[in-house]
Amino acid sequence: MRRFIFASIAALSLVSAAFAVEPDEVLPDPALEARARALSKTLRCMVCQNQSIDDSNAPLARDLRLLLRERIKAGESDDQVRDFLVSRYGEFVLLEPRLNEHTFILWALPALGLVIGGIALLLALRRGKGTAANPLSAEEKRRLQRLLEGSDVKKM
Amino acid sequence: MIAELGHFSLALAFALALLQAGISLWGAAKRDVTLMSVAGPMALAGFGFVAFAFFCLVAVYVQSDFSVASVYANSHSAQPLLYKVTGVWGNHEGSMLLWVLVLAIFSALVALFSGNLPMRLRANVLGVEGAIAAVFLLFILTTSNPFLRLDPPPVEGRELNPILQDIGLAIHPPLLYLGYVGFSISFAFAIAALIEGRIDAAWARWVRPWALVAWIFLTLGIAMGSYWAYYELGWGGYWFWDPVENASLMPWLAGTALLHSAVVMEKRDALKIWTVLLAILTFSLSLLGTFLVRSGVLTSVHTFANDPARGVFILAILTLFVGGSFTLFAWRATELKPGGLFAPISREGALVLNNLFLSAAAATVLTGTLYPLALEAITGAKISVGAPFFNRTAGPLFLCLLILMPAGPLLAWKRGDLAGVAQRLVVAAAISFAVAALSLWLVQGGPLLAAIGLFIALYAIAGALVEFADRTALFREPLAASLSRVVGLPRSAFGTTLAHLGIGLALLGIVAEAGWSEERIVALKAGDQVSIGQFDLQFKGVIPRQGPNWRDLVGRFEVRKGGVVVATMEPAKRTYLANGQSTTEAGIETFGFGQLYASLGDPTADGAVSARIYWKPLVTLIWLGGVVMAIGGACSISDRRLRIGAPQPARRSTLPAPAE
Repeated sequence: MRRFIFASIAALSLVSAAFAVEPDEVLPDPALEARARALSKTLRCMVCQNQSIDDSNAPLARDLRLLLRERIKAGESDDQVRDFLVSRYGEFVLLEPRLNEHTFILWALPALGLVIGGIALLLALRRGKGTAANPLSAEEKRRLQRLLEGSDVKKM
Repeated sequence: MIAELGHFSLALAFALALLQAGISLWGAAKRDVTLMSVAGPMALAGFGFVAFAFFCLVAVYVQSDFSVASVYANSHSAQPLLYKVTGVWGNHEGSMLLWVLVLAIFSALVALFSGNLPMRLRANVLGVEGAIAAVFLLFILTTSNPFLRLDPPPVEGRELNPILQDIGLAIHPPLLYLGYVGFSISFAFAIAALIEGRIDAAWARWVRPWALVAWIFLTLGIAMGSYWAYYELGWGGYWFWDPVENASLMPWLAGTALLHSAVVMEKRDALKIWTVLLAILTFSLSLLGTFLVRSGVLTSVHTFANDPARGVFILAILTLFVGGSFTLFAWRATELKPGGLFAPISREGALVLNNLFLSAAAATVLTGTLYPLALEAITGAKISVGAPFFNRTAGPLFLCLLILMPAGPLLAWKRGDLAGVAQRLVVAAAISFAVAALSLWLVQGGPLLAAIGLFIALYAIAGALVEFADRTALFREPLAASLSRVVGLPRSAFGTTLAHLGIGLALLGIVAEAGWSEERIVALKAGDQVSIGQFDLQFKGVIPRQGPNWRDLVGRFEVRKGGVVVATMEPAKRTYLANGQSTTEAGIETFGFGQLYASLGDPTADGAVSARIYWKPLVTLIWLGGVVMAIGGACSISDRRLRIGAPQPARRSTLPAPAE
């Protein structure tokens, strides 16, 4: 149900289909080209839905690919290119948001989730130590027995 | 006439579902045997009406009755029959009807196979299922009627979106819905447990096979969707961390956690409250997925139901079920008595850790998906959260999970021996490490991350095999003894091994694709040569080809390996005649587990045509791993103690135990 929604949009953008990264864009220096490709995978094509400029065939994506190759050729670092694009298009252009007051929670959450979950687990374990297991009532035992009958339960 | 019959049938199904919910839940609350016994037949009848409505919709699609708005918008008389049928769910209205059909199927199955379930539990479960069906049927009838007529009727339809005219549409959405909606059963069981305020190992025994069924379908659905994107979209990607994809990954993660915690509950009577919570969470995430995709909240072109009325309705559904079930949980969970105790180092402990990581991963995906929406709503700031973020956050969580995975099944219940487990895994770890180091040396300058990933993938695979060898005492006892042990092994043990093996294989495919793929982006003229991997491709030129409702521009490649022709590839650029849209049809050849992948771009000014050619070693393992996991799930389901409908003493006529 999601794939074809996705696909249907891709179809729309393919109407005037060109292709992402055309042969004429490729830089002659393989090292620089590799950097350009890696960088363009982290930049959003702003007129597309959740596509990087590396994947997108929109004209804007092509313009950005050419632009960042120009800048890389001129000797700028990845961060300089990124800063330039952010100054022009805003943080929205970065597929990996930078750590700031807006994205602090976003970045902290995975680690925080693990830590909080871990602490909760430890607490639960500690609490569990003191209490004895609740025995089943006679009726519950009988019911369980009935359910278990006829099927073989192997201890694993 | 057929459309009206379908519409009428849907309305009847709605009334019936409403009654099913009301009568069953009321009967269960009053312990009225007559009222409770109505639930089953009503669920079956409800399935009949929904199935008839669905059949009517298929019929108007097959007849190309363009007086029905949905047919007009999504079909064309020249479309092949298969795509006329699959077009039924290639749009909002029809896909919602499919959703409800799957729900009705599951309700009917529960009604059929739950004869030996305590009557109150059964009535409550079917009551909750009825309530879900009623709400979704109301949603369809009021906002998304697939049987809406057009007056005057158009002569020709607008055709199904070209990218959807693929066998993938026939398989992917039904599989995915079987997964999403299948989790409604564990949800219904959880709600029933909360209503009754009691839960026992027998409950877990009932929930686990249903959750397993849903999980198998969801696993296959996701794998299928991923492969579809891979071959259809033409740039060889298979996972984009797109919100709609995340929407299906979240219930999968929660559902996987549910399966594991249900094992603990069944075997050791522990983690009851947590299992109930997971059952609620998993279905809530399925509903959230439906909401994200259907409501247009993603403010994206992606979501094709951009009708705010629908969005608000779905939000109301979400609030009702998620809010309602969590309120019930907060109110009643304390009634559920905690059970079996265990030491931290034990099988239970390992499964808890598994749950911790899976939940953290689900939470990460959820946050990443919703964060931009929330941030924009609160502060107005627009940010993007895309693939690089998820790779960096959810990625390590998955890798940790896979490192821990082999140890789990080797630990004993209650109290395990970590040193003993480490001893048994050390060989697996050493071999994996050696191979990974070798790969780093062989692929000079290859990415270090790929070597680390390779190590973890191999270790997970080897770990699964070690566990299997351990169970069958392979190498410790004579082969014949081991073989007889294999025969005697419960099928759920095969299930564990296969599922764990599958995830290791999938990671191996992912690592190989990311680390060792080769790519050529070239402009080609007839006669040009490209070499990639161990292959030499010769471009033979471009020829036109005509299909029933499309026209192709086919590029022919002759593939040689060591001078011998091993294949011809024919990637194409396809233009659909009815609406002029075009798609890329990739040419794919499989060699071993690797694939050669070619897709064709546009002609360039100087008469050449641009093409992208990839060699992706081991890439098919990504999806085969998913299939192996699903087979593992199926093995586990066929285990005698879980088999649905296994002979049990009849309970139909007896009253449920009054002691509570």
